[in-house]
Amino acid sequence: MSTEVLPHQPVSHEELGRPIRGPRALTNDWTRFWHLTYNIARNEFKLKFFGSALGYVWQVMKPLLLFGVLYVFFVVISKVGRNGKPSEQFYGVQLLGSIVLFTFFAEATSGAVRSVVDRENLVRKIQFPRLVIPLSVVLLSFFNLMLNLVVVLIFALISGVHPMLSWLQLPLILIMLIVFATGMAMLLSALFVSLRDIQPIWEVVSQILFYGSPVIIPIEKVRETLLTPTPPHSPKPALFHLYTLNPLVAVFQQFRHAMVTHATPSAGAALGSWAWLLAPLAVVAAIFALGFWVFNRSAPLVAENL
Amino acid sequence: MSQQTNSGPPPIVVSALSKTFRVPEERTHTLKERALHPLRRTRHETFKALRDISFDVRKGEFFGIAGRNGSGKSTLLKCLAGIYGVDTGRIWMHGRLSPFIELGVGFNQDLAARDNVVLNGIMMGLTPREARARYDAVIDFAELREFEELKLKNYSSGMHVRLAFSVAIQVDADILLVDEVLAVGDAAFAQKCFDVFNRMRDEGRTIVFVTHDMGTLNRFCHRAMLLEKGSMVHIGEPHEVADRYLEINFGRDPEASANAGEERGGDGEARIVEAWVEDEHGERHESLPQGRQITLKALVNFAVDVEDPSASVYVLNEDHIAIIVATSAREHERSGNFSAGEEVLFSFSFENVLSPGRYNPLFTLAHRGTGLDLIDRFEGAFSFVVTGPEALGGVVDVPIGVSVGRGAPASAPQVRA
Repeated sequence: MSTEVLPHQPVSHEELGRPIRGPRALTNDWTRFWHLTYNIARNEFKLKFFGSALGYVWQVMKPLLLFGVLYVFFVVISKVGRNGKPSEQFYGVQLLGSIVLFTFFAEATSGAVRSVVDRENLVRKIQFPRLVIPLSVVLLSFFNLMLNLVVVLIFALISGVHPMLSWLQLPLILIMLIVFATGMAMLLSALFVSLRDIQPIWEVVSQILFYGSPVIIPIEKVRETLLTPTPPHSPKPALFHLYTLNPLVAVFQQFRHAMVTHATPSAGAALGSWAWLLAPLAVVAAIFALGFWVFNRSAPLVAENL
Repeated sequence: MSQQTNSGPPPIVVSALSKTFRVPEERTHTLKERALHPLRRTRHETFKALRDISFDVRKGEFFGIAGRNGSGKSTLLKCLAGIYGVDTGRIWMHGRLSPFIELGVGFNQDLAARDNVVLNGIMMGLTPREARARYDAVIDFAELREFEELKLKNYSSGMHVRLAFSVAIQVDADILLVDEVLAVGDAAFAQKCFDVFNRMRDEGRTIVFVTHDMGTLNRFCHRAMLLEKGSMVHIGEPHEVADRYLEINFGRDPEASANAGEERGGDGEARIVEAWVEDEHGERHESLPQGRQITLKALVNFAVDVEDPSASVYVLNEDHIAIIVATSAREHERSGNFSAGEEVLFSFSFENVLSPGRYNPLFTLAHRGTGLDLIDRFEGAFSFVVTGPEALGGVVDVPIGVSVGRGAPASAPQVRA
């Protein structure tokens, strides 16, 4: 069993090629990256599907229940969206569509917050591109979004929405939403490792984003109140522009315009002009870049800091 | 052995590797703590886990990394596996790597075997297609075919480990990084693991094995290195490493232990040169079943003439509690006179009533009398594992007659030993 001990024979380091690098956010092996992300998301999806008695019904029920509550309180009782304005055509479909999109965003981001910490056993025990973890959370939420959009489609057709050529814009709208959610997911999951307050903070911010985007209150109403108020109220253009910096505003408004009814203005028109749309796009790009930068920086040390 | 003759670069080359952990003195996890002390920077204590380690592992080698807890051996393994980044120094790996640092990483208790096997396979570097293709082989090796539809949470811990191990060995790795966690627990399983590792080594794969068990090190490794407080203190033959290990950990003063073996305690008029455990057929083993006769033996070499020495054995369990203590003085107070240069064998036989687990025998040799006037003390030389159908929790497992009855007090339930 024993072997002759040879003296240490240094092989020249050039001959050895590149040394290994420690844990990182990304990898050169993109197929493995995708397989990992996909299979983790798929297993989680399966768990939800078979995990409870009614299985996936609950996943679809969640936005529908929220829709029901909001519809009763705001539409039936407060008469929001019942003013007979043309832009409030198919208000129910607009509301449900926005809720489904917001549900995706909320699931992807709040699910990502704890994701790296909760998968501590993976991170500390095996080498794999760390970015897989938050991305699989976003992917899982995307699977849910696809199912929920089917429900929206059925509801829209029943409500009398006719298929439109502008439905082709859906991928673009979703890409903006997904990039934004991914950026937040990377940022939050990396920050949570060393700063545990991120979770309650994000719960609050998430609520603010919900009310600060055209889910319940149509954007025309926000414009009217902030830009052309009835005296004695003074216009507050700064507040309106702050509101439009939220990328969800543009996403939801364009969804309502392109997918439900042209009676409601497009995102560009609602924001003022198409040039204004560059602001939320810049926010999305900035969040994504920041999220990636923070995650990438923390990835090599995350196994030690957990 | 022919592992040096292979062409191509060595599978593992490590050059001047150092690794420091920054440990915050007080971990501030919440904003409140930061807000209360905005100006206080978190102070970090640095802890040097590895200092300037250089070595290489050749193709087809079974390479041991020894060291006691906290010596940095697991950190080194994690650096090799790419789980920890390194501060300075470089590591080159050539070949596909399979880390056996922990089995069943990422297993989900609520899913059946198939989903877990596929995901675990992908984690270990297979493509989904390969992972699915190997599923049958995995299940068959784990002998879990009839339970494959069960969720993992319904598996026994043994089935769990079998499944995880089967996945890990189905990954065609060229380099296996094995942590000692594998070798603890069920001795039969540990043996199965080592059989597989030996077979893989014979197939030309490279195995790096981390342990603090010198018996295992001697038995399996071609070559080994010893880590102490993050530094490499020795690299070479396993038995040399084992000797250095015992010196450092059981000698009184590691610095003064150049004259090895002289610092073991006792006056040194004789030395216990070897100790081992045998089964009822007189064969040496590292794992022994319950209920049979076992014999602990110590070979003593006398340096000077000694009159009526006594030998004792303390069978310590993993909590360092002496479960069985025996001394030759009780039966043979006058053990005889031994002259310088003589080799004498002391044997202690008993029925194996130890409960399943790992045991470390400690031998002492003393002058006639109280048994406290030590000639030699021999600890940590080897350990053995007792196997049994199940561990109920007692430290010993003696045969027990149990009966259960109902009715008059005369035949009330009774338990008698």
